[in-house]
Amino acid sequence: MAHAALPGICIAFLLYGQKSLLVFLIGAACSGYIATVCIQFIVKHTRIKEDAAIGIVLSVFFGLGIVLLTWINQHEGGNQSGINDFLFGKAASLTGSDVNVLTVTAVTMIITILVFFKEFKIITFDRAFAQGIGVPVSLLNGVLMFLIVSVVVIGLQAVGVVLMSALLITPALAARYWTEKLEWMTLLAGVFGALSGLAGAYMSLITYVPTGPLVIIFATALFLFSFLFAPKRGLCSKIIRRHVERKKLRVKQLMYERGEQL
Amino acid sequence: MNPLVVEQVTVAYDRQLVLEDVSFSVPEGKLVGIIGPNGAGKSTLMKAMLNFIPRMHGNVFVYGKPYEKQRHLVGYVPQRNSVDWDFPTNALDVVLMGRYGHIGLWKRPRKEDVDIAMQCLDKVGMLPYAKRQISQLSGGQQQRVFLARALAQDASVYFMDEPFVGVDAATEKAIVQLLNELKMRGKTVLVVHHDLQTVRDYFDYVLLLNKRVVAFGETESVFTYDHIQKTYGGKVTFLSSTHIVG
Repeated sequence: MAHAALPGICIAFLLYGQKSLLVFLIGAACSGYIATVCIQFIVKHTRIKEDAAIGIVLSVFFGLGIVLLTWINQHEGGNQSGINDFLFGKAASLTGSDVNVLTVTAVTMIITILVFFKEFKIITFDRAFAQGIGVPVSLLNGVLMFLIVSVVVIGLQAVGVVLMSALLITPALAARYWTEKLEWMTLLAGVFGALSGLAGAYMSLITYVPTGPLVIIFATALFLFSFLFAPKRGLCSKIIRRHVERKKLRVKQLMYERGEQL
Repeated sequence: MNPLVVEQVTVAYDRQLVLEDVSFSVPEGKLVGIIGPNGAGKSTLMKAMLNFIPRMHGNVFVYGKPYEKQRHLVGYVPQRNSVDWDFPTNALDVVLMGRYGHIGLWKRPRKEDVDIAMQCLDKVGMLPYAKRQISQLSGGQQQRVFLARALAQDASVYFMDEPFVGVDAATEKAIVQLLNELKMRGKTVLVVHHDLQTVRDYFDYVLLLNKRVVAFGETESVFTYDHIQKTYGGKVTFLSSTHIVG
């Protein structure tokens, strides 16, 4: 998704001539939509499976985006416009109005998710059933897609196009290890994302390394920690549990053997 | 007025007809088995009746009005493998989803809805597992959770897509009991079914389907050797005729 958005953003920049989140949003949505259509077309008319089709289309779009980005940098004085930061992200390049946009979007998202949580849950879990009981599935799905595209476009400046998808997915993956409830998972994912963002931005400030990679490193560290040490689902607790079970089994076996001897 | 009337439903995938001119009408309080070989369009018929896939032609009436206006009267139990069971939620939560239509958009479930969901779990013998994460349930238990969800929906007509596939004997028994209870309460249930041996025991009506309706009617008169041969293209050899002609 983030990869597919890049050419759209570049074209939007070329047409509009300056950096504007709204214009970028439109560009990103357009090229994201075209990418989706391409993927569906490939799946429907060839023997290529969906995952492969996604891989092909996204890499082509991303390649196209990089070409455009390079061209912009060489011809349009892109360095001054800050579009270069879209590749790896630079939180410091955010202006005051960008921050306002970010805030408004974040609040809108949280409210939308709170209001339609039940509906988003059912359309993600079982779309057919949701449709059957009269939930407006395509409308809500559209809203969900719109939210995702907005997040991608807005996040692009901070973490960059390369790592945006990682930022979307990693905190959620980490959160999954701690809970079996979607409500908690959503909240935790948000907290993990915020923590990584905060830590990454701060580190970027003092080390002069681009923000994006640092944020993702923190997010990945959180994920690894969850993967290893989360209670119940974590790897360590699984190993310990297996060990305990094995011991119990050995004791039982021993008791049976003794019993037979007696 | 019949709870379900299907008129000349025709469905095509990629310009190829998968269902042709399917018409039948089900009286109230009957259990109907939909029988046919793989690729006969059994699941497709259900999905087309529910508007999940577009119908090229034909109408579906529920209690005299088009399905689109009577959605709330129709409950659907999808195939078990149609969802990701690793989804972070528990059994009670899934059953509560059956109440969403009653609760309405953006509102939270009330205590009453939770009570109903618990009762439905109890009916399928899953009350002890209410708080269990759904990935930790066995296949049969997952199927029962789906059934409880359909019960919670409190519909008048039920569509069930292969509820008996891959379940243990206990679940099969629970499903049959549930079907009979629904019937007693005047509900009409359509079930996509695979096991020819049990058709006579489970269903009042059968729809023998192979892209077209081969036969439809009361099981006693319609579920005959000839009709089955016709439906399966003469490939059913393992059945002795004693099973069929009662």
